[in-house]
Amino acid sequence: MKVTFPHMGYMYICLKALFNYLDIEVVVPPMPSKRTLSLGTQHSPEFACLPLKINMGNFMEAYEKGADTIVMAGGVGPCRFGYYAQVQREILKDIGINMKMVVLEPPQKHISELLIKVRELTGSKSWFDVVRAIRFAFNKACAVDEVDRIVHKIRPREIETGAVDLVLAEAIKWIDEAQNKKQLDEVLKQAKNELASIEVDYSRRPIRIGIVGEIYVILEPFVNLNVEKHLGRMGVEVERSIYLSEWINDHLFMGLLKMKGNKSARELAPPYVNHFVGGHGQETIGSTVKYGKEKYDGVIQLMPFGCMPEIVAESILPTVSREIGIPTFSLILDEHSGDAGVITRLEAFVDLLARKKEINDETKDAEGAFICADI
Amino acid sequence: MPVKIGVPRALLYYNYFPLWNGFFRELGCDVVISGKTSKAILDKGVKMSVDEACLPVKLFFGHVVDLREKADYIFMPRMVSVERKSYICPKFLGLPDMVRYNIPDLPNIIDVTVNMSRNEKNLIKSFTEVGRLFTGNYLGIRKAFQKGLQEQERFERLNQLGFLPHESIEQMEKGLISQNYSPSHPGKLTIAVVGHGYNIYDAYISMNLINKLRDMSARVVTPDMLTNDIIQDRSDELPKKLFWSMGKQMIGSAFHYMRSQSIDGIIHVASFGCGPDSFTQELIERYLRRSRNMPFLNLTIDEHTGEAGVITRLEAFIDMIQWRRAAQ
Ligand code: SF4
Ligand code: SF4
Repeated sequence: MKVTFPHMGYMYICLKALFNYLDIEVVVPPMPSKRTLSLGTQHSPEFACLPLKINMGNFMEAYEKGADTIVMAGGVGPCRFGYYAQVQREILKDIGINMKMVVLEPPQKHISELLIKVRELTGSKSWFDVVRAIRFAFNKACAVDEVDRIVHKIRPREIETGAVDLVLAEAIKWIDEAQNKKQLDEVLKQAKNELASIEVDYSRRPIRIGIVGEIYVILEPFVNLNVEKHLGRMGVEVERSIYLSEWINDHLFMGLLKMKGNKSARELAPPYVNHFVGGHGQETIGSTVKYGKEKYDGVIQLMPFGCMPEIVAESILPTVSREIGIPTFSLILDEHSGDAGVITRLEAFVDLLARKKEINDETKDAEGAFICADI
Repeated sequence: MPVKIGVPRALLYYNYFPLWNGFFRELGCDVVISGKTSKAILDKGVKMSVDEACLPVKLFFGHVVDLREKADYIFMPRMVSVERKSYICPKFLGLPDMVRYNIPDLPNIIDVTVNMSRNEKNLIKSFTEVGRLFTGNYLGIRKAFQKGLQEQERFERLNQLGFLPHESIEQMEKGLISQNYSPSHPGKLTIAVVGHGYNIYDAYISMNLINKLRDMSARVVTPDMLTNDIIQDRSDELPKKLFWSMGKQMIGSAFHYMRSQSIDGIIHVASFGCGPDSFTQELIERYLRRSRNMPFLNLTIDEHTGEAGVITRLEAFIDMIQWRRAAQ
């Protein structure tokens, strides 16, 4: 058995760790590329959401590299994600790619349901090993998130452009290669040290932008055109509404661990969105409210084209923007979003925030004008 | 003067109007339906909604605007779920919020939540909540609810006899209580039109699809003519239960009609940008191609779809079926 899985940002690091720990052979799909996208798009329904299409491309490329089993998360609705695997299975069947599909449905009642499914994959491993493997994989997610958070702070302040990204790439590699918890702790410490030694200008007061929206496009740099990096280099400090470890906790661990998670964001969504709408629609609104209250300079919503929960959020965002007084910008991503156009629009939005910040800084007490750019 | 309850002639109007109508009338309210879809109504909706929204949601906005001056309340329940462990569509979950924050100067909105995903008995709770806006008389509310259910049952029976839902509603308005024979629509062919009620029965949105088919001497059957049992049974063939009620209806009916010897072809109607349709259409097409060589036409409609193009495709489809028949 050679197991593969879809990409979602640094998720591969966790899954690789999980399976390696359990002595299951893994084929990590090649990093998403233009080719992945075009393979995926070619075989997926035209109006399927973008993540499904890229997943398809991942599977096909992993198959080329010898994978024969797909491990994929499931879901119980209301959004499409819970049915991805079903549609993908039928497509693969019709194009003659015979891969076994193992769907990890999120546990309904108890986390043990998840353990049982993971153990089915391994066969002989003990429960103890399964639990340890899951914990180790989760530790990696937390490590990646920790590094990401620091990077968000340093990028807009680095003296030499690109310095932080060099360290980031190294750090990710180390985390990926760590074989056990002890090594992981060591490399994390080392990564933090290296990050701390990057030359920065702390006198800068960067613009602060909160990133909200659909989880996959937030976490996958290939589809969001590396928006965090671009923003960072434009001198923006970004914070995002959700991190990998939080998603894993919420989606697969039933929110068992006491983490920030999306509950707190959801609580801020009313009166704008008064009900769960699937995906992260409510969190998008709730987090926007939160960033507004925390006096961020702006919010960027990332959404795949046709994403249902985000459409609900998008149509309410202008009201939130107006009432909370925070500029927002909705970036809709599909297979045709090109780098150049997106960067120009991002720059325009950042410029706008910069000017507003200047005015605000000059007239401290005056209420700044709000804007809701929907480009 | 009785209170006027506005009901948009859009979205689930085609599925539940008799239930709502029966309930409100029994409570002594007047029920006002928005006008039939027109370019003006659609344009208003398109103007007030985000570009990315699907056509049916945009159209719903238009119908709400149409009711703005005509009603004291607009009834738009938050339809989360109409059966256990199933949803309708994420957009229905957020619909009242989207409407409220995009359409100015609205009368009161009744946006009670209907959520039967955990417990089907929750329906009466939702209706009680609505009833209490107008009366403190619980018995009266219960009676009105029963009345609604009765009307809904009659409606569904008429649909199953072969009336299209909007025809059933018309018949009921005319006072038809029940009937035990099917309406006759002579035809040489039988075509199954599979799509959401709000797409296929809205003559403007569907570009009069059903009547055009009838004019080409085809009998038309739709998902609403099948009983829940059949839908459930057929859709159970999927390896994993589908968690959208309407999606299930599409799959179940397509699987059923696909195997029926009396059906000559299937037309699937989807809205541009509809999330659930993108999946159900894919599954229907794949299963259909594997099992039987049945003529299949997929129509995707949006606000820019031209009528001429649709007619050409329909004619070609019907011609194709007739040739196939002649060749057999
Ligand atoms: S949240 Fe958006 S991208 Fe994710 S499954 Fe739903 S529609 Fe697709
Ligand atoms: S089911 Fe499709 S057409 Fe209906 S509201 Fe949802 S996305 Fe729109």
